[in-house]
Amino acid sequence: MRKTLLAAGAALLLAAAPAAAQQKSIKIGFVSTFSGPVAAIGNDMRNAFELALDHMDRKMGGLPVEVIYEDDGFKPEIGKQKTEKLIESDKVDFVSGFIWSNVVYASYKPIIESKTFLIIANAGETRLAGENCSPFIFSTAWTNDQNPHAVADYMNHKGVKSVYLIGPNYAAGKENLAGFKDAFKGKVLGEDYTTWPSQLDFSAELAKAKAANPEAVYMFYPGAAGVQFLNQYAQAGLKGSIPLYTTFSIDSLSLPRQKDAAVGVISALQWSADLPNDANKKFVVDFKKKYGTEPSFYAAQSYDAANLIASAVAATKGNLSDKAAVQKALEKADFKSVRGGFKFGPNHYPTQNYYMQEVVKEGDTYTQKTMATAEENQPNPHASKCSMK
Amino acid sequence: MTLFVEQCLNGLQFGLLLFLLAAGLTLVFGIMDLVNLAHGSLYMLGAYFAATFAAWTGSFVLGAVLALGATLVVGMAVEVVAMRRLYGRDHLDHVLGTFGLILFFDEAVRLIWGPGGLSLPLPSWLSQPVHILPGIEYSAYRLAIMAVTLTVAGFLYVLVMRTRVGMLIRAGASNREMVAALGVNIKLLYTLVFGLGAALAGLAGLMQAPILTVQIGMGENILILAFVITVIGGIGSIRGAFVAALLVGFIDTLGRAFFPQLLHAFLGGPAASTAAPALSSMLIYILMAVVLVAKPEGLFPAGAK
Repeated sequence: MRKTLLAAGAALLLAAAPAAAQQKSIKIGFVSTFSGPVAAIGNDMRNAFELALDHMDRKMGGLPVEVIYEDDGFKPEIGKQKTEKLIESDKVDFVSGFIWSNVVYASYKPIIESKTFLIIANAGETRLAGENCSPFIFSTAWTNDQNPHAVADYMNHKGVKSVYLIGPNYAAGKENLAGFKDAFKGKVLGEDYTTWPSQLDFSAELAKAKAANPEAVYMFYPGAAGVQFLNQYAQAGLKGSIPLYTTFSIDSLSLPRQKDAAVGVISALQWSADLPNDANKKFVVDFKKKYGTEPSFYAAQSYDAANLIASAVAATKGNLSDKAAVQKALEKADFKSVRGGFKFGPNHYPTQNYYMQEVVKEGDTYTQKTMATAEENQPNPHASKCSMK
Repeated sequence: MTLFVEQCLNGLQFGLLLFLLAAGLTLVFGIMDLVNLAHGSLYMLGAYFAATFAAWTGSFVLGAVLALGATLVVGMAVEVVAMRRLYGRDHLDHVLGTFGLILFFDEAVRLIWGPGGLSLPLPSWLSQPVHILPGIEYSAYRLAIMAVTLTVAGFLYVLVMRTRVGMLIRAGASNREMVAALGVNIKLLYTLVFGLGAALAGLAGLMQAPILTVQIGMGENILILAFVITVIGGIGSIRGAFVAALLVGFIDTLGRAFFPQLLHAFLGGPAASTAAPALSSMLIYILMAVVLVAKPEGLFPAGAK
């Protein structure tokens, strides 16, 4: 009797021993907004992340993957709490997600202090690419000023001489408009910053823009605010008389509600659903098959984030305790991005193309069509401020 | 000058819309002594109903009328099912109870309509700007909002000041016990008043829907302004709500329109463009603080003449 017990005990120990020595599973924390008015964005990101996991049989480097999704409630302080929980009690290996610049900026410190890798899938806070960059921070998106920079380049090229700017008064809004002004060669006739996210009626700002009589209006309103802005732009009689340019305000989530109000509006992105590479075709087709909707750029960046993590896990054979090796593997970006080629600059932000897109109506559907390449292999402008310590 | 006229119209329109929301709130607060945080949920329901009915019937106006009726019914149902348990209890219980209702309605909307939100497209005769004066174009829809709101304000005035129900409402605002003691069916009156408040909130929501979007939680930001108006105008006073709503609408819009330029004259560029939106959104709270200091009861306290 005693013998059998001992044997059983030994067998148990034997079974447990390898597991203790090596990583059993990959744990990823994903922070995004899953409640409130912008929950649609968070859901789209989660859907894309899950699709990426499906495509890799829910295994990275042969190890099962566990993703813990946390809702930041659209608020920096909640995002920070949820991030701390992921780090301290769930002890995740990677943190990804983040839609909002102010949320990621409030949350990044505990991540990098615990030497956990942060893969930002959207939020483009410039300080994280510049003076506050870290070996542990990577982004599959951009910084807030890059896409507006591309739009301004395109407008210069088109010979637009004057513009009126409208955007929300928070980190991303100010950085976005600053990026635009940095590149625009014409005259900025005026700029308005609105209270974010509470102000939804832009009548006063639109009246001022109209009175200034610019050749074009540039605006930045992500999420539902973009729908409101376009509706009001049309109602104020500006649509059709003053061309509208934007970034991040029109996507596959908001377009079904923007409809005619969005037709003809031009924006810039590093990705679009009609890019012809194989990874993108597979992503777009399977996304539509699984969820019945078009993927947004938020989804595309999250899909890339999952694949980036998987590439690093595979390259290090699941040995995530060697932080320097993981960092090296991430820097290689050895995965097929849906935007085509993908490589990181020295500050861990991608060097990439920016494409101009115009909203067109085809039959009864509204889509964003790629019409031109505004900038090719554009490096992140904040790399020079990053010392990578 | 053209710009100033247009901004005044914007302020007037915003103020009138706020009046609709605040009128319902002040009625419920003043007469039933009930703090109703869920007023914003009824605003949201009005918008969701209108978007749904307009899509079903294919007519914006018909959709709006049906939505108005639906919010009235929902409001009365909420009064019978939930609010009745809260009368005579502490204000903190009202806050807790109606906050629960907000969560309930937000989740209910998510279950029924999904998390993505809806849109309520305008018919073409409303979506174009019209010439109102030589050289001044203004959104036809915003003009329509003003017309509807002024009509409703007139209707409320007649209802409250000239009818028997209105007399009871005013009496209820002054002294509820006495009204009940005189044999008035206060229960029925309360259900009616709450339903009316709900319909007003729903009307505000459905009229705001084509300008903003129809989405979960849309009523929460604007509800704060409605509370500010109730406090400024005097709790329970429709007239106070009207004056205060116009004041807030004008100050908010004109502040946003002209304050940044004003500030630019004193401060440097970047400092002014950061500070201006923050300061102009504070203006209405400064107004509220001033009113609270000078006239703690509000501009037109109910019960007084």
